[in-house]
Amino acid sequence: MTLTSTPALAKPVGSTRHGDAVRAARRRAALHWVAVHSMALAAALFFLLPFVFVFLTSVMTDRQALTSDFWPQHWQWSNYAKVWQTPGFLSWWRNTLVYAGAGTALTIASSLPVAYALARFRFRGRNLALMAVISMMMLPPQVTVIPMYLFWAKQMHLTGTLWPLIIPMAFGDAFSIFLLRQFLLTIPKEYTEAARVDGCGELRTLLRVILPMARPAIAAVALFQFFYCWNDYFGPQIYASENQGAWTLSYGLESFKGAHHTNWNLTMAATLLVMAPVIVLFFFAQKAFIEGVTLTGVKG
Amino acid sequence: MALTTSAAGSSAPSSSARPPVPAALRRKRRRETARTLAFLSPWLIGFGFFFAYPLISTVYFSFMKYDGFTAPVFTGLKNWDYVFNHYPFFWQGLGNTLWLVLVMVSLRVVFGLGIGLLITKVKSGAGFFRTAFYLPYLAPPVAATIAFAFLLNPGTGPVNHLLGALHLPQPGWFNDPTWSKPALTLLAVWGIGDLMVIFMAALLDVPQEQYEAAELDGAGPLQRFRYVTLPNISPIVMFAVVTGVIQTMQYYTQAIVAGKVASGVIGGSGEQFEPGYPHGSTWTLPQMVYNLGFQRFDTGSACVVALILFALSMAFTSLLLRRRAGFVTSED
Repeated sequence: MTLTSTPALAKPVGSTRHGDAVRAARRRAALHWVAVHSMALAAALFFLLPFVFVFLTSVMTDRQALTSDFWPQHWQWSNYAKVWQTPGFLSWWRNTLVYAGAGTALTIASSLPVAYALARFRFRGRNLALMAVISMMMLPPQVTVIPMYLFWAKQMHLTGTLWPLIIPMAFGDAFSIFLLRQFLLTIPKEYTEAARVDGCGELRTLLRVILPMARPAIAAVALFQFFYCWNDYFGPQIYASENQGAWTLSYGLESFKGAHHTNWNLTMAATLLVMAPVIVLFFFAQKAFIEGVTLTGVKG
Repeated sequence: MALTTSAAGSSAPSSSARPPVPAALRRKRRRETARTLAFLSPWLIGFGFFFAYPLISTVYFSFMKYDGFTAPVFTGLKNWDYVFNHYPFFWQGLGNTLWLVLVMVSLRVVFGLGIGLLITKVKSGAGFFRTAFYLPYLAPPVAATIAFAFLLNPGTGPVNHLLGALHLPQPGWFNDPTWSKPALTLLAVWGIGDLMVIFMAALLDVPQEQYEAAELDGAGPLQRFRYVTLPNISPIVMFAVVTGVIQTMQYYTQAIVAGKVASGVIGGSGEQFEPGYPHGSTWTLPQMVYNLGFQRFDTGSACVVALILFALSMAFTSLLLRRRAGFVTSED
């Protein structure tokens, strides 16, 4: 190859193009990176700013909380102490923990055997049972609340307590059954067969072999159920509202707002205190949680 | 539900007599049936007592005049007539629900998919962004609603303060019948973390080679989304739409709390406050069950609304039970 004197061809053609192409691709990639990350930042602002505003307002003075200021002049941390000292606030915490704790334990204990039977046993009507579970999962609680309320109020005289919310959870929760079954289907049959050869009964197989393997799914179901109880508003509104001693956080928080309707600072402090445990729990159990959400999703 | 597993011992022997089932096998089958029943028992009791019985009872009360104190009296279709023709909120509430289903569900799915796509493209700080996008979904509904009532407070809320600084109109949000449902929609879009996670999982499942093949054929980013991404994730989109519709039918807590907080009612027992504030713009069917049953002591009409709610929910649930758009229930 002889070098011609034309300046345009001073450099080999290919390499020029190649160099330009690489540079252009790099520029495109950089632009893409900037575009994606600025969009992500904007989205993050939308999702996080409400928390920031709520927090900043929660440490304002009563007077400043009534203005539209963003930034507290005096950081009044005593607002949080005031919320704790509100009559009843501590008992709302206790009730919520009892409801969520007992509800979660009962749900797991009663749903696991059902899920195991639906995933492993062959029996007539199994598909029908599964469809019934899915239908119950989608059932609004308001559909059956009238007869249930009459039962708990007139036969059992248990309204004004949390028992009408906790007892039903000893009889299997449709959503938990469904989730656990989805997971149990993924456990290879060989394990259960090996256990059977070793002479384990079904119950022992479930407790000794399946239970340790299903730990992530059980953790996810437990979390979901705990959150459900923690967030439940309709249940306590129906069954516990007549007795302030049985109120839960979700139900109490609303009345707190009613009682402090000019004190946005205290209301926001109380609101954050109700949000905090759930968020902290999430940070500790992030993996189980995400796993549970993807279990509900459909594959293929 | 028939749980019999033994076909033997049927009292009508067919012409082609089957060989008798050996006694040992029969015993084994009976044992299996007993075992299945034992494992299913918690749910069988639950199904009977917390689903079948109250449902039948709800049908029964829908034909009764009953205030919860005096004995119920049969009234035929009077309750149905009252709900459809005289109860002032029924059609408005149905209209609100339709609005929420159309606007809230579609926006949640579109934004959920958008955020899901965005998070799969993020290279730096993915963990931080994932958590940031997911966090609002965790906020308990009552707490989130009260927080939004403060943020969107027309007088002193930070949102209108910002809008004013930008010389944009400042809506009355939860206090204005035109803006109350959009405010609830904003709250629902804020808590989009659940959809983000399932879309993210679906997007990561799309086979990479299909993208590469499309790129070789000269498809741009939009075409790749249209011809590769969408067909692959369409079942998940369907699933999100159907479950979204079912959840929206049940829309209760946020609507009732937003109404109470914005109207400035002193909370506590609900007797001073009828839902729907402002001007009935936030009525939904579940709130009508509460209002008729627990505020107006009209058990019969409350049961009518409950049955309508049940029929609507089941209609959409049946879509989920179909293989294409629903849960995978087969064993593969």
